[in-house]
Amino acid sequence: MLAHSLFFYFFSTVTVFAAIMVTVSRNTVYSVFFLILVFITTSILFIMIGAEFLGMIMLIVYVGAVAVLFLFVVMMLDTAEHPAQKSIRKGFVNNITVGSIVGVIIFLELIVVVAGWKYKGTFVPLSSINLNTSNTHALGNVLYTDYIHLFQISGMILLVSMIGAITLTFTKKENVKKQNYFDQLQRDKESAVSLVEVKSNEGVKIDD
Amino acid sequence: MTEIGLGHYLTLAAIIFTIGIIGIFLNRKNVIIILMSIELILLSVNINLVSFSIYLQDLVGQVFTMFILTVAAAEAAVGLAIIVIYYKNKGSINVEQISSLKG
Repeated sequence: MLAHSLFFYFFSTVTVFAAIMVTVSRNTVYSVFFLILVFITTSILFIMIGAEFLGMIMLIVYVGAVAVLFLFVVMMLDTAEHPAQKSIRKGFVNNITVGSIVGVIIFLELIVVVAGWKYKGTFVPLSSINLNTSNTHALGNVLYTDYIHLFQISGMILLVSMIGAITLTFTKKENVKKQNYFDQLQRDKESAVSLVEVKSNEGVKIDD
Repeated sequence: MTEIGLGHYLTLAAIIFTIGIIGIFLNRKNVIIILMSIELILLSVNINLVSFSIYLQDLVGQVFTMFILTVAAAEAAVGLAIIVIYYKNKGSINVEQISSLKG
């Protein structure tokens, strides 16, 4: 139990530190790396309390996909602070006062909810859980039976977002020949082949 | 103190949520960090759902966390696409200059 609490305090401290560094870091690339650190430590916390599948999914989806996507976008855009722009933190004091007022109020509300609510001290001990089925197995049993429609709808959400991202960033290039399947398949002999009477000593001009 | 309960996880989630909120206020220069703050907020919600799911021995919380994960990934993809085309049009992603809608 002591090891569990030690691990919890260590990883939660790292998580909070990295989350702070995400927001205050000057270089956006460092922010993305601290975001990756937040995701990794949170997935470790998930694995610690017994949600192994979600911890692994967290690593795969967030670190492997979302954070790398952020990293690509940061590297493609010019977000670096130019040294000529000294007024880069002009509204910083104003922002931090308003932001910390709102943040402290929200944090106090959340803490009131946590502290004012009666709950048992610890989680259900692991021995009382059915150890024959792993977390992944149990999650699959629930997900593919009772929640199959929600599962498919989430797949549709991913499809829609994929199409949306592609159509947003798609740009039509000039002077590039593209495949047009309908035109290509509708070509027949009459439109494609023609017999030309070639005059002597003049040649023939095609594709006009 | 050495006994880690539900309250510890909820407090951690509350701290991360607050950091995300303050991050939105703090970074008025960079939309990408605002998107990352939104990711932090969604992460704290995930921590809440998972810890309640373990605490109540109900797997529905973890199922819901997977859906939040899906929506977060979709949101990040579409948001970053919008940022890319905005940068292509305007040449900067300064939030304070994004006022062409005159809202």
